[in-house]
Amino acid sequence: MRAEWTKMRTVRSTVWTLLAMAVITLGIAALATSTIASRWNTFSPLRRLTFDPTSMSLRGLLFSQLIIGVLGVLVMSAEYGTGTIRATLAAEPRRARVLIAKSAVFFVLAAVVGEVLAFGGFAIGQSLLTSPVPHATLSQPGVLRAVMGGGLVIAVLGLFALGLATIIRHSAGAITAYVGVLLVVPIILQTLPSSFSEPILKFMPFTISNAMTSVASQGSTAFSPWVGFSILVGYAIVSLAIGGWLLAKRDA
Amino acid sequence: MIDVRGVTKRFKDNVAVDDLHFEVPTGVVTGFLGPNGSGKSTTMRIIMGLDHADQGEAVINGTPYRKLAQPLREVGALLEAKAIHPGRTAFNHLWFLAQTNGIPRRRVHDVIELVGLDQVANRRVGKFSLGMGQRLGIAAALLGDPGTLLFDEPINGLDPEGILWVRNLLKGLASEGRTVFVSSHLMSEMALTADHLVVIGRGRLISTGSVGEFIATNAGQYVRVRTPRPDELEGLLEAQGAQIRREGDGSLSVSNLSAEQIGITSGNAGISLYELSPQSASLEDAFMEMTRDSVEYHGQRLDGATATTIGK
Repeated sequence: MRAEWTKMRTVRSTVWTLLAMAVITLGIAALATSTIASRWNTFSPLRRLTFDPTSMSLRGLLFSQLIIGVLGVLVMSAEYGTGTIRATLAAEPRRARVLIAKSAVFFVLAAVVGEVLAFGGFAIGQSLLTSPVPHATLSQPGVLRAVMGGGLVIAVLGLFALGLATIIRHSAGAITAYVGVLLVVPIILQTLPSSFSEPILKFMPFTISNAMTSVASQGSTAFSPWVGFSILVGYAIVSLAIGGWLLAKRDA
Repeated sequence: MIDVRGVTKRFKDNVAVDDLHFEVPTGVVTGFLGPNGSGKSTTMRIIMGLDHADQGEAVINGTPYRKLAQPLREVGALLEAKAIHPGRTAFNHLWFLAQTNGIPRRRVHDVIELVGLDQVANRRVGKFSLGMGQRLGIAAALLGDPGTLLFDEPINGLDPEGILWVRNLLKGLASEGRTVFVSSHLMSEMALTADHLVVIGRGRLISTGSVGEFIATNAGQYVRVRTPRPDELEGLLEAQGAQIRREGDGSLSVSNLSAEQIGITSGNAGISLYELSPQSASLEDAFMEMTRDSVEYHGQRLDGATATTIGK
């Protein structure tokens, strides 16, 4: 466990990636909310009525999801790319333990970063939503869940990516698969008739995370936040389980 | 002691290691010889638990590698020198390995000093030369002060000083009572370093035994003789029990008879000699001879048509 932390900490890309993630996520929170604030007067009454200030301030988390996925992939695939995996497995031949330690350390890291960015984005966003634009506070119903959940989604998606990388073992391939599931598949689905795409879209991480970060209900187009979240956790567990099984079975 | 028991490993339809049996004794340097692609690295990876054997098993002091709780304290290995994240420093690479096996930080500094990398310990590995990479790999192998050591081609990329250093290091480790198993495709290097040899070709065991035995059986002594009357001399020498081979240049390679005896015989018969020189077949020759049929990739000889084309 400590060794896995040392590994993550001692590679420059980890630090830079997380830094980039913070800048982009918080930047988008600021940008999205300040744009809303300056255009509020031009909004239609309906739009004003359905405006969700919490969700708006968490918009940047989508990019966090992308970046945490890349990082989750790299944490594993870089070991294969550089051959470090053989040193790692020689030092700890019980391979399941390697994957568990790596996942645990990465989950904690991703959760801490995810929460910091979710709460940070929320704070920045709400401070920029000045009257007459409504703003949210954590004590309002559903707001704390949306913000905290946004951070948790980051952590779980990071694990999902780590699992994919363990299965695929190549950075580019695993990142492609991750981005495919996160963004490309939902975009393709949206071009199809909604009667066909809606039941599938409900299962996409994109939809699940939107439901989580919104205070307002998404109606029948999405699972309720925690149901969706448990589906997401399921994805991560399945990808890690398959990855762990392959890791134990394959030659390093 | 390393014990390889009937290990077989297939990659698709290619058999990399074929029912290999051998032991690596303690307290001496054991050379693991074979041409490129003969299965040396695969065998070492199976010993290290990195690859799965299809049949058989390899055990270290009676235990398969994967069952060792703190493997770095029992087995150290240099398998691929540059299999290290290029963005990590030498110190951090060793430090994370140390952490997995509860090895103190002090020891990391010690092995860095031991391999002579103290000046560059905090530089990123990506900037290392091949030789520095080898030294770092050796440092990693020594990290847990293990009783068993495996080195896959440790002198690759080293300068002469580095080669000498590795040679002395290996001998020193063996003399401390450790098991030292070193692969190489260079017979000459092993003749200088190893006490014991395991020779394989195409994944099969060709020979195992001490270097002395290997030399005695495979690198015989002979005398090179040139004379204007080879047929007559051949008959006379054979009568005394000599074994004679005619070489392409018309000279005779005589074994089983000393140069003195050959000189006396020819003098008595009045046959003049142009050359009478004792030779010893090099270990390299013996090794080539032995593994010739099992070399996977032959280089094409540059002669005949090619040579004339170049000549034009």
